[in-house]
Amino acid sequence: MVPLENYLFLSSILFVLGLIGVIVRRSVIVVILCIELMMNGANLAFVSYGHFLNSMDGQLIVFFVMAVAAAEAAIGLAIVVMIYRNRESTDLDEVNLLKF
Amino acid sequence: MSGWIASLAMLLSFLVSLSIFFSFLLHSPQDRILSIFLFDWIPFGSLKINVGFMIDPVSSIMTLIVTGVGFMIHLYSIAYMREDISIVRYFVYLNLFSFSMLLLVLADNFLLMFVGWEAVGLCSYLLIGFWYEKPSAIEAGKKAFIVNRVGDFCFLIALFQILTIFGTFDFSDISRSASELFMKDSFNVNLLCLFLFFGAAGKSAQFPLHVWLPDAMEGPSPVSALIHAATMVTAGIYLLVRNHVLFSLAPSTLMFIALVGSFTLLFAASIALVQNDIKKVLAYSTLSQLGYMFLACGIGAYATAMFHLMTHAFFKALLFLGAGSVIHAMNGEQDIRKMGGIRSYIPKTSFTFIIGSLAISGIFPLAGFFSKDAILFSAFKSHSLAILFWFAGLFGVLMTSYYTFRLVLKVFYGDKNFKENETHVHESPPIMIFPLFVLAFFSIVGGWVSIPMISGGDVFGKFLSSVLNPTVSVDSHHNLTLELVLMFLSLGIALLGIFLAYQTCCKKRQFFSDSSVVGMRLFSLLENKYYIDEIYSLILVRPLRFIANLFFKLFEQNIIDASVNGTGRLVKSLGANLRSLQDGYVKTYAVSILFGAVCIIFLLVFNFSSRF
Repeated sequence: MVPLENYLFLSSILFVLGLIGVIVRRSVIVVILCIELMMNGANLAFVSYGHFLNSMDGQLIVFFVMAVAAAEAAIGLAIVVMIYRNRESTDLDEVNLLKF
Repeated sequence: MSGWIASLAMLLSFLVSLSIFFSFLLHSPQDRILSIFLFDWIPFGSLKINVGFMIDPVSSIMTLIVTGVGFMIHLYSIAYMREDISIVRYFVYLNLFSFSMLLLVLADNFLLMFVGWEAVGLCSYLLIGFWYEKPSAIEAGKKAFIVNRVGDFCFLIALFQILTIFGTFDFSDISRSASELFMKDSFNVNLLCLFLFFGAAGKSAQFPLHVWLPDAMEGPSPVSALIHAATMVTAGIYLLVRNHVLFSLAPSTLMFIALVGSFTLLFAASIALVQNDIKKVLAYSTLSQLGYMFLACGIGAYATAMFHLMTHAFFKALLFLGAGSVIHAMNGEQDIRKMGGIRSYIPKTSFTFIIGSLAISGIFPLAGFFSKDAILFSAFKSHSLAILFWFAGLFGVLMTSYYTFRLVLKVFYGDKNFKENETHVHESPPIMIFPLFVLAFFSIVGGWVSIPMISGGDVFGKFLSSVLNPTVSVDSHHNLTLELVLMFLSLGIALLGIFLAYQTCCKKRQFFSDSSVVGMRLFSLLENKYYIDEIYSLILVRPLRFIANLFFKLFEQNIIDASVNGTGRLVKSLGANLRSLQDGYVKTYAVSILFGAVCIIFLLVFNFSSRF
């Protein structure tokens, strides 16, 4: 039996990797992928707690998160397409009009 | 359309007033009172202020004047204001005024009367400034409002005194308990009456609060006729008559009132001698006639004051409406030097105007003759000093007939001082002429209700006698010869005034040669209205402006404005600095979210865990 700490450790590694990716990467697509990674880190924590606490709640929430993630991915990719069409690039550092 | 609705409302009110009046005539004098309680307005401890109306002979006469003359003036206004785009606003104000004036005369307590008192002041302001495109009209409206405030403030002080002394505002209660609460001629009652009189003097434009009335002529002519001649300015007289029980306890104040009244009548009449604006002459004439009424109140002849109030309402409304008709005919020209000889163009207007002039001059047997003579007779017969008042009144008669007929001769007779092909002088439409004839009729017969010579001829005085016990005993039987002599004397003096007017205006004879220094000085003194406006400007307006300016610069600009502007500037600079945080990069926001989340976790782990 693998202890809970290992799962949580893996989950936080996934989350932090995703976070770093969101912060440092420039490409919109990679940032979206990293957000997916962060979500999966959270999902992992949910299912492992659910398993160890003998509760279905964690797994239930994961289904919600996956549904939301699917929707989010669809919208996010649509936005990416629009950005690309407008700017001929997907570089996030060039998308800074929303200010002041 | 609006005019017809407003006039219909006035007509209905007039019919109601008339029916009350006739029902009073049918009742015995003791029963001539009608009280209507509407509701408790301010129940506060022992103080109960009702909204209720009381009609006795005095207020019945007042309602007849307000609604009757008011109806005529409404009717006249329909044609006079026909081409004005704001005619609806005009009639709204006019009807609001009539409502407020009726409230004033019908109220059964001081506070409700004060509501009407303030409301007529407001309507006066609104109607003086009716043509608000004219800066002079706005100035005149403001002046009237502010000068009235001074009087109203005194009235308010009197109200406070009444409240502390009587504990009630009810007219009948006050009249009943006044003689028990006050010693005759004590300081308190004199003080109270003095403040009441100052309130009355503000509304009725007595010296030194008279300055607003001549300027009020900036309003439309029917407004001058209704508010500034026939009704509102007589509210002060009504106040005195309504509280005659209080005033008769304060003979010193009555003396003062008679003095102010006779001074105002001479003062205003002398200014009217040289004015050249047709409406200004009538305005000063109104001041002078109000002076007569105050004089009558001051010598205790309240019924006579009411009598003159009524006849004055007829002939002065007639004169103002006639002046309006003349101005209408002359396409807005008000300067009598630019008129002359227009009698043949507007025969109906000039006919009625001359009747009004004869009535105000006191020519037998028109209304003014009887009422003015009754005042003079009362003055002659009252106390010893009153002979001075009598002389003042008599001299007033001379000036009245002079300035009135100077006006008549300069406007309707003599040479034409205008270009005939430019001004098409035309008679007014029938709807303006009709009120003139009605008022002319009453200017003739209005005086016949009180012919003192004939025993039992004083119908008017008897009608009021249930309210006003005549303090001056008019036992006409004994003094018939004396009274006849006085009558012929005042008639002769009035005729002399007309003769003098004829001499100066038509024969161009000069009584003061223009070259003489005294004559010139006197003339310019009168023409500039004794420089009262200039004196007020020097001692009141300019110091106040200076102080206001000082406070504006020191306090307003440096403290209030500075703090308001400083707050604005602070927020602005904060925003300018903080906005650089929002640079529009998604990553910056992500980092700040991360930073926030880390902080929260840090707090949760290290701070809260120790507590739980």
